[in-house]
Amino acid sequence: MRVRVLVPGVLRGVTDGAAHLDVDVAEPATLGALFDVLAVRYPLLERRLRTERAELRRYVNVYVDGEECRRIGGAGARLAEDAEVLILPSIAGG
Amino acid sequence: MSDTVLLAIGTRKGLWIATSTDDRATWKLSGPHHAMTGVYSVAIDTRRETPRLLAGVSSEHFGPTVAVSDDLGATWREPERPPIAFPESTGVSLERVWQLAPGPAAEPDVVYAGTQPSALFRSADGGLTYEFVQSLWDHPHREEWGAGYGGQAIHTVLPHPADPASVLVAMSSGGVYRTDDALASWRPANSGLRAYFLPDQYPEFGQCVHKIARHPAHPDRYFLQNHHGVYRSDDGAESWTSIADGLPSDFGFAMAVHPARPEVIYTFPLVADVDRFPPEGRCRVYRSEDAGSTWTALTEGLPQEDFWTTVMRDALCVDDSDPGGVYFGSRSGAVYASRDQGDSWRCVAANLPDVLSVRAAVV
Repeated sequence: MRVRVLVPGVLRGVTDGAAHLDVDVAEPATLGALFDVLAVRYPLLERRLRTERAELRRYVNVYVDGEECRRIGGAGARLAEDAEVLILPSIAGG
Repeated sequence: MSDTVLLAIGTRKGLWIATSTDDRATWKLSGPHHAMTGVYSVAIDTRRETPRLLAGVSSEHFGPTVAVSDDLGATWREPERPPIAFPESTGVSLERVWQLAPGPAAEPDVVYAGTQPSALFRSADGGLTYEFVQSLWDHPHREEWGAGYGGQAIHTVLPHPADPASVLVAMSSGGVYRTDDALASWRPANSGLRAYFLPDQYPEFGQCVHKIARHPAHPDRYFLQNHHGVYRSDDGAESWTSIADGLPSDFGFAMAVHPARPEVIYTFPLVADVDRFPPEGRCRVYRSEDAGSTWTALTEGLPQEDFWTTVMRDALCVDDSDPGGVYFGSRSGAVYASRDQGDSWRCVAANLPDVLSVRAAVV
């Protein structure tokens, strides 16, 4: 199945400028599985989102069809066909 | 025509590069490179035909990495695989790269990285990718290493200039360790270093070391700025003796050795750990020309009133020339350079973000 990843402007330097990525994920598709695919296809993007322990970085927010992923199971969050995965840096720092 | 001097300035919000082609009289500044990242470590590897810049950058959002440039900072790259990553068995993740240290001349592709959490990594491809040094991680003392205010980190890595088997590392709330068997084993090297904040003030390890410097022509001599205490070792870090007499304070973070005169060292004293300001609010670099026996305050060209900022552990450096330039940056974003060994100073930049690291070289 295919999902769409929306990339914030600050990270498009590691996606060749792409604002969105259409990614095929094997079923049953989860957010963690999507990140595993990104680690192969877009490794520089993936490691800005997850640590080497595959943990979502603290100040990265990911919304799956509008739901903040940490509220719906984190890496285990299920992705539906054509799901929209929005990556947003959180408000932090000064 | 004068050589080009390159000064890399790592700050809390990116890297700036200053270049001078008139013997450090004037500087041209470019940046920010790696904007909105903390550049805690920077190195200029002049062992290569084309000098390589290395930067340990940390994004609060997107984590740490190491980027390199082979065109003096015009463009940067990083490999697809993470340059530095902790093995799964450790259960931890890289938080920050505190030190990037090119290895000895005999190993032109070796670069070491000191990290947070406290670990050492070694690169054999010129600093692009690094391998975890398991032996230091496995040291039985590691469980008792503490974390300084800045975190638990190997912030100082000094590869021996002639012996590839010998490397010295240091950390806050842990102390000094060295290997002489090509990273196979490590032993503490803290004899004589005081840890005033512990019940046993001269423990085997646990000292809060802030920075160590060594001149390549005298590889067995080290100079150390401690968390209270300034020391010298003349026996390869087997023992340390105080050289703090003559300084206004024995607290500070930075330490550097003159590139051409091994007896000449520089530090930037602060009042105390509970009073982290330059004494009297005066910006003064202190120089010793006799390996720490006597000290002189260097003030010409530096603010002598209302200077209430600090110089971090890697924000004081020398370049690699003779007679050599000396440089430092402050947490208030000011950067100064001296082309007369510290006798006088000129402002290179005045309003950068907090300066975390500086390195300079003739390129």
